[in-house]
Amino acid sequence: MSDLSIPRGLPMWLTAELTYRCPLKCSWCSNPLDYAAYTANELDTDEWKRVLTEARALGAVQLGLSGGEPLLRDDLEVLVAHADKLGFYTNLITSGVGLTEARLDALIAAGLRQVQLSLQASTATLTDRLVDARAHALKLEAARMVKARGLPMVLNVPLFRHNLGEIDALLRWAAELGIEYVELANIQYYNWALMNRAELMPSLEALREAEQVVERWREAGKRGEHGMTLYFVIPDYYEGRPKACMNGWGNIHLTIAPDGIPMPCVEARVLPGLEFPSVRMHSLDWIWNESPLFKRFRGFDWMSPTCRECPDKEKDFGGCRCQAFLLTGDAAATDPACSRSPDHREVAEITRRAGQPIHFHMPLVKRAATAVIAEATEEVQ
Amino acid sequence: MTPSIAPRFILRWEPAQQAHLLLFPEGVVKLNGSAGEILALCDGRRSAPEIIDALQQKFDAPDGVIAEGVYRFFSEAESKGWVLT
Ligand SMILES: C[S@@+](CC[C@H](N)C(=O)[O-])C[C@H]1O[C@@H](n2cnc3c(N)ncnc32)[C@H](O)[C@@H]1O
Ligand code: SF4
Ligand code: SF4
Repeated sequence: MSDLSIPRGLPMWLTAELTYRCPLKCSWCSNPLDYAAYTANELDTDEWKRVLTEARALGAVQLGLSGGEPLLRDDLEVLVAHADKLGFYTNLITSGVGLTEARLDALIAAGLRQVQLSLQASTATLTDRLVDARAHALKLEAARMVKARGLPMVLNVPLFRHNLGEIDALLRWAAELGIEYVELANIQYYNWALMNRAELMPSLEALREAEQVVERWREAGKRGEHGMTLYFVIPDYYEGRPKACMNGWGNIHLTIAPDGIPMPCVEARVLPGLEFPSVRMHSLDWIWNESPLFKRFRGFDWMSPTCRECPDKEKDFGGCRCQAFLLTGDAAATDPACSRSPDHREVAEITRRAGQPIHFHMPLVKRAATAVIAEATEEVQ
Repeated sequence: MTPSIAPRFILRWEPAQQAHLLLFPEGVVKLNGSAGEILALCDGRRSAPEIIDALQQKFDAPDGVIAEGVYRFFSEAESKGWVLT
């Protein structure tokens, strides 16, 4: 959610994925399927400090500490303090599980500016079922602690078929608590979400209904009945318009994975044929400005003729590379979410199916290290 | 009136961009030269006339021009929630 008036070309938005470890098991998690393999290779405290220092020198100003669950890193306070000394605006992106009063006080003392908390439903029954853990009460408690200290807070609600109907109740709760920003984020279908797509993807009707609920809350906001800023976007699958993914490849966003692999977006590792230079081996300056990875889809030269000749290319940069690859097999293709893509029919078919009632519900695959092995065995059979 | 930057916002001089940036949850605003100069003086201690004085000393502009610009900026910045007056 970046201001479009800002200049291009500097990695102003840095996301540091400190770990992929997490106590929850969300079936839509954007982390890689083999998340468990990263644990042994996590950057240590000094390595992260160096990365933060280099990123700041390149012009990074907004820092998101994410994961996995960043609270599982016991050097979190040290990293926040380092980031604040460098002049970052530091945001903790958390499930809330593991946050205590003492920890929060220490993080604020270290210079934490903002907390983004994820919450999926208004009742413990639903939240706990969706994340497959007793998390609901802990999340509410985390929200209360953050607000009691006056820190600005973003509520992130990942949206899918199972919780689209929760928006109204969640907004009522958020308004009462005084939460400033609410991201009603229709999930993106990569990794765990892609594995569960058939179950998770809502119908267009359900999305339109949700949109109306959000519209009512926006109107109430204009009348001064609450002070929340609401973000809600109908997913690109349905609109026929691709998203301006990351505001362009290697343009303003930089993500560093737990093992020190830099990425133009959190999903970039699904793309084949790219070499990912580690921050352990290269300076961030070289990675951002010179590496083939960050140059690969920068600008317009790499585009298919469909996009290169299209007047909208400066608005959406040809859409999302990962989506293009996952749906067409070609990472440089026009994003099939675009109605001008020769492959748009595929997307139309997926969304059409999402509108139909499911007769045979498959259980959601929970994020778990063993889930992927089970999946692989099924394919062999 | 004693303007100060609203608590949610942070003003920062950014060498990489040769500009003042205003950082806040979910956003960054790159300020133009005069907006940056004005905000940098909003420390919650200086009054608006003192801010105008300071700018007048720094930039040699005809009487009234700076004052008008500063007040216009404050009304805009207040409506955006950047400053409390
Ligand atoms: C991967 S999580 C890591 C931080 C923490 N574990 C959490 O869930 O809040 C980062 C953010 O991405 C959101 N998220 C997870 N899976 C997503 C998906 N498939 N599409 C969009 N957002 C997703 C989460 O709700 C959270 O706000
Ligand atoms: S989305 Fe869920 S499973 Fe994934 S990191 Fe966040 S809390 Fe953990
Ligand atoms: S053809 Fe390419 S540039 Fe044009 S709107 Fe579609 S994705 Fe965007």
